Amino acid sequence: MSITASTALQILQTELETSLATAIQNSTLAFKELTIEILPADLLRVAKTLRDKHSFEILIDLCGVDYLTYGKSEWDSDVSSFSRGVRRDSDRLFDFDSSSAPVEYDGKRYAVVIHLLSIKNNHRLRLKVFCEDNDMPTIDSLDSIWNSANWFEREAFDLYGILFSNHPDLRRILTDYGFVGHPFRKDFPLEGQVEMHYDQQSERIIYEPVSIEPRVAVPRVIRPSEKIEADVSEAND
Amino acid sequence: MPEIRNFTLNFGPAHPAAHGVLRLVLEMDGEVIQRADPHIGLLHRGTEKLAESKIYNQSIGYMDRLDYVSMMCNEHGYVLALEKMMGIEAPIRAQYIRVMFDEITRILNHLLWIGAHALDVGAMTMFLYAFREREDLMDVYEAVSGARLHATYYRPGGVYRDLPDSMPMFEKSRWHNEAEVKRLNKNREGTVLDFIEDFTARFPKYVDEYETLLTDNRIWKQRLVDIGIVSPERALQLGLTGAMLRGSGIEWDLRKKQPYEVYDKINFDIPVGTNGDSYDRYLVRVEEMRQSNRIIKQCVDWLNKNPGPVILDDNKVAPPPRTAMKSDMEALIHHFKLATEGYCLPEGEAYAAIEHPKGEFGCYIVSDGANKPYRLKIRAPGFAHMSAMDELTKGHMLADVVTIIGTMDIVFGEVDR
Repeated sequence: MSITASTALQILQTELETSLATAIQNSTLAFKELTIEILPADLLRVAKTLRDKHSFEILIDLCGVDYLTYGKSEWDSDVSSFSRGVRRDSDRLFDFDSSSAPVEYDGKRYAVVIHLLSIKNNHRLRLKVFCEDNDMPTIDSLDSIWNSANWFEREAFDLYGILFSNHPDLRRILTDYGFVGHPFRKDFPLEGQVEMHYDQQSERIIYEPVSIEPRVAVPRVIRPSEKIEADVSEAND
Repeated sequence: MPEIRNFTLNFGPAHPAAHGVLRLVLEMDGEVIQRADPHIGLLHRGTEKLAESKIYNQSIGYMDRLDYVSMMCNEHGYVLALEKMMGIEAPIRAQYIRVMFDEITRILNHLLWIGAHALDVGAMTMFLYAFREREDLMDVYEAVSGARLHATYYRPGGVYRDLPDSMPMFEKSRWHNEAEVKRLNKNREGTVLDFIEDFTARFPKYVDEYETLLTDNRIWKQRLVDIGIVSPERALQLGLTGAMLRGSGIEWDLRKKQPYEVYDKINFDIPVGTNGDSYDRYLVRVEEMRQSNRIIKQCVDWLNKNPGPVILDDNKVAPPPRTAMKSDMEALIHHFKLATEGYCLPEGEAYAAIEHPKGEFGCYIVSDGANKPYRLKIRAPGFAHMSAMDELTKGHMLADVVTIIGTMDIVFGEVDR
């Protein structure tokens, strides 16, 4: 069953490579899933081809990803010391008081990931687009090709601040009315920026900077799976 | 002549028929809806962001709280994504247990849906009937996990523990005398599987009862037939899945088309509608309950015959048994490692989807090789359904909005995440 499914994906991969040719920046087959990476300029053309020629009728999901801290851990697992100290990279990296200062990141920070489903051919495809500009990530809206993109794009705009040009109604969707910032960005603290309470005296709601201290309960550790296996075989020797 | 203008009506966020916290801004011309603008997010808890700061296993409990009427199905989607990236597969008995509980959950979900939907439309009795049966199934949840709703029962590599040999029983109290308690406990004397088997024998009759009340009911049909029609083409465009898609006549069910766990070994049928209206979706879901019952029955039979492990014997992923921890140093270390640091997933990204009672529920995980997800995106079926609200209600009357919310089977835990 799975063999036929993965060969079907291989066939799809070669088909896409011929029909989309230059548009594909990168195509990978991992975990029995096919991912193709394209440039924002090609998005609309590729999407149209995928829908009309390769019968991907449904846009299952569209989401933003922020690659700001990708591959950064809070605790070195390579150093063979007994240090238990958690490196608070996340604290030093971003100074929340001066949130207006843009965080430096070389490379493209924001990606939009689109999951497509073909009911006719019974397979899935992941489309990945990196936004060109880190300060104002912009990408074409897919609403004209799949109507279900409408709300998914509003969500990506709300949570990541990715702008979708030609979107019919790009408003915030999940956060509160009057919310400031894009909460799922990696430089947005988990605790948030402000807390609110109702003040009895002045009879209104008051917003203040959060009083919760950020705390890392379990540090983020990156252990390459090969290393674990190597350790195990070493211990066995 | 006075100027006639459309007026705006706020529906919710505290309206009982809004199924939770939906603020629906309706632009109306008299009684006719011109535009519906759902304002969601009142229940947004940032589950996906929270998951980024937690080790993988700690997020399983958050999944229960997404769609809080089909708890174990949410867990299943998440756990499948983890298993896909780790390249592991649960033992066969665990797969049967998962399928059984997925279907129990589907019945739980559809019972709440039919109860709430009928209540909105004006049939009080359905709600009481549906909750009577839900009680039995929630007792099964309680027996295996200790919790009636938020079970946290599935684990990557299997399920938390095997099915227990006994069901919790009623006790004598001020409200129940001995004879009554004895009657209530009659089907609880055997194992959990016996109780479930007894339920599957009773349940088809209950569904008949619901159908007697609703299927040919004049009022029910007047309120549902030809309300919220979706053509198959539009259903695909709008990203509808599950019963919303099948109601429009497209035969698409992940359990059949992209089978996971042991669904390919089980006999069941996929009901499909023809008109794509609310009434067809009602019929589809009722038939789904009957089919789920069939699946549960097959799982019970298999599970009764085939004992075995329910979680992988790989201590890098699943903790060793408690007894081993007391005597075995290595087991203790494994447990300590798993509890304090968790396990790391290989670098990469994966998407796993299941046929949730409401539609396609999927988890997209991006991992950079750490013990926490770099990004977790939950694809909730209700979110896509909610976005079709405007199109479905346009041109209908105000009272039909209630029917359409009901037929979409909206639960805000998953829409807002």
